[in-house]
Amino acid sequence: MRHQPAIESLRAQIEKIEGQTRRVKSVLPFGIADIDARLPGGGLPLGALHEIAGGGNGAVDGAAAALFAAGIATRTKGKVLWVITRSDLFAPALAQAGLAPDRVIYVEAGNDKTVLACVEEGLRHGGLGAVVGEVARLDMTASRRLQLCAEGSGSIGLALRRWRRQSEAVDFGQPTAAATRWRVSVMPSAALPVPGVGRHRWLLELIRVRAGESADFEVEACDGSGRLAVPAELARGPASTAGWRRGAAG
Amino acid sequence: MVRVVSLFLPSWPADRLRRQAGDAAPPAETPLVLIGHDGRRQVVRAADAAAMAAGARVGMPAAKARILVQGLVVRDHDPAADAQGLDRLALWALRRYAPIVAADPPDGLVIDSTGADHLHGGEEPMLAGLIDRLASSGVRARAAIADSWGAAHALARYAARPVLIAPLGHSGSVLTGLPLAALRLPADMVAALHVLGFERIGDLLAQPRAPLTLRFGPQLGRRIDQALGILSEPIVPIRPDELIEVRRNFAEPIGAAETIARHIGELVAQLCAGLEAEGLGAKRLDLICHRVDDRLQAVRVGVAMPVRDVKRLTRLLIDKIETIEPGFGIETLSLAATLAEPLAERQILTTMVDDGTPDVSDLVDTLVNRVGERSLYRAAPVATETPERSVLRIPAMAPDTGETWQGRWPRPSRLLASPEPIETLAALPDHPPVAFTWRGVRRRVRRADGPERIRGEWWRRDAELTAVRDYFRVEDDAGERYWIFRSGDGEDPNSGSQRWFLHGVFG
Repeated sequence: MRHQPAIESLRAQIEKIEGQTRRVKSVLPFGIADIDARLPGGGLPLGALHEIAGGGNGAVDGAAAALFAAGIATRTKGKVLWVITRSDLFAPALAQAGLAPDRVIYVEAGNDKTVLACVEEGLRHGGLGAVVGEVARLDMTASRRLQLCAEGSGSIGLALRRWRRQSEAVDFGQPTAAATRWRVSVMPSAALPVPGVGRHRWLLELIRVRAGESADFEVEACDGSGRLAVPAELARGPASTAGWRRGAAG
Repeated sequence: MVRVVSLFLPSWPADRLRRQAGDAAPPAETPLVLIGHDGRRQVVRAADAAAMAAGARVGMPAAKARILVQGLVVRDHDPAADAQGLDRLALWALRRYAPIVAADPPDGLVIDSTGADHLHGGEEPMLAGLIDRLASSGVRARAAIADSWGAAHALARYAARPVLIAPLGHSGSVLTGLPLAALRLPADMVAALHVLGFERIGDLLAQPRAPLTLRFGPQLGRRIDQALGILSEPIVPIRPDELIEVRRNFAEPIGAAETIARHIGELVAQLCAGLEAEGLGAKRLDLICHRVDDRLQAVRVGVAMPVRDVKRLTRLLIDKIETIEPGFGIETLSLAATLAEPLAERQILTTMVDDGTPDVSDLVDTLVNRVGERSLYRAAPVATETPERSVLRIPAMAPDTGETWQGRWPRPSRLLASPEPIETLAALPDHPPVAFTWRGVRRRVRRADGPERIRGEWWRRDAELTAVRDYFRVEDDAGERYWIFRSGDGEDPNSGSQRWFLHGVFG
């Protein structure tokens, strides 16, 4: 599917037409071939805004979404600005995802408007690795501003969509200027041979990606260095079958 | 909207004397009065709380006070020193609270706190903090905040216990019950009004103004209007001599944001030149706009480390332009570095030796000025087992601690502000529940991890001596993972209520 020269050259042409002389596009790969293959450039583009929301019951507390964002932030360089409205984020959990407490500067903003303003300020500064903002509403104008700030500085912007009520989550899906849009829902962990909870598992939905197609992934939650993993039973089986099929077809 | 704080120091001369004398001062419980001459008589000019309680009053002959109060200590009253002390106190408030502060002699301060209170957590914490700070240095104080100087002055002296916050946009209603003396009128005028049967401010407000003005002159009406906030009363802000201040007068009042921004840029450049001559860097800048209608508008920005960078300081000030209401125009802009510290020239590191961590202090400054100092922080680990106490907030620019939380048990990414009780179906004392109901939803526990036993911190409270919490990480059918605990060890009633709580949500 990938590496078709025609599509690559078309993309190059489109970028030329768009005329934005962007700096060398760098990406932050997840290190999981399956996910990176779905993202143009082979990873999460730096200098862009990404939207992350929790799925199902997690839409309100966004616990998994926050951890997913923390994992991405961990793998960037430099300080991380985390702008919140409700102070229920538990710093030790971020540290367990590899985000050292010294790296995170928290900003408690009173409302969405202030959150967006602070995120914008952080993105424009350029000295930060990632800027995370927990917002309920994000419209086209606001997200476009953030996207432009991120493009200008090369910092990664993470809009963590968080609602007060489940019903508000329908807002997620309205068009925004974010480069990618993710939904993270919890899944039952793998059964262990002994009683206990295994490594946390998520259903990662890539709902929207600029110049790419949406996809679902089943992953194991961030480890101590912010990296996701492919569940063992999925890493075998289907993947090898696909390889075999490709080989046979080509 | 203007908000003015009036600070009232009921026993300032006595408190100041005690503070100045230090260890040599009479102990706090000894009654102390200060005497001065009234013509040829010696009268009490000021008394401290103990003397007042024993019956001494201001204006009483000194001899009478000596007889009335046992063990009375008498000192000479020194009004000049009191005024100087008040000025020093005003400077302290200027550095700490707001850009527009003035001494309100003989016994108070006035602070224009418009737009400055959020940096101290709001009006109530600001006033409480102000009173506490003064009390800890031995100065009794009361304070009130209102929409005008006159109202705040009256409320601080006649209604504050020890703090009073008049609602925003209050009218004369907060003043009606106060005595006439609260209006800052000469004593003989108050006496004359009493003779006419006026007791409270409310009585005066109900009267037609013309006959009163005819009889008492314009001052009465002016004081009433000032208290009601109809007539503006400019506060002339205190400026210490050594302050580095630049100002600019405009022949034609300015109002447009761009114009203000341009002039701010020029003022900052001028100020930085002044700072450089002294070898200082600004830690706080106050911009005061004098409007044509005699109102002052102030903007205060602060930085964590001393700065003398024109661009950066300009940017901080320009960020705040939207808080300035130019009204009919601004005729003077004055910019002062109210807090400055020595700043040595430093060589800028080149990229060759740069350690690769960009400086974010300017961003932190910008954000602090936007959301307030308390809202910007880093988390630092605390050596404790109790989850809700394990995070300490430290300033965003504090040096790196290099520490992190110990322990290998997973922690939830969302921690509820307080544990919420859940209905459970538990099997055995040492096991997690098989099902629980949280916020009206019943969940069946599929898998669980635990218990992680967390013991109370006996050195904090006696109640925690035997307290125990058993934490479990549970996963329900849908895969949602929660952090629940039982208060108590499941057997001993002394260890807790044996009820179950939900404390966090795992990602």
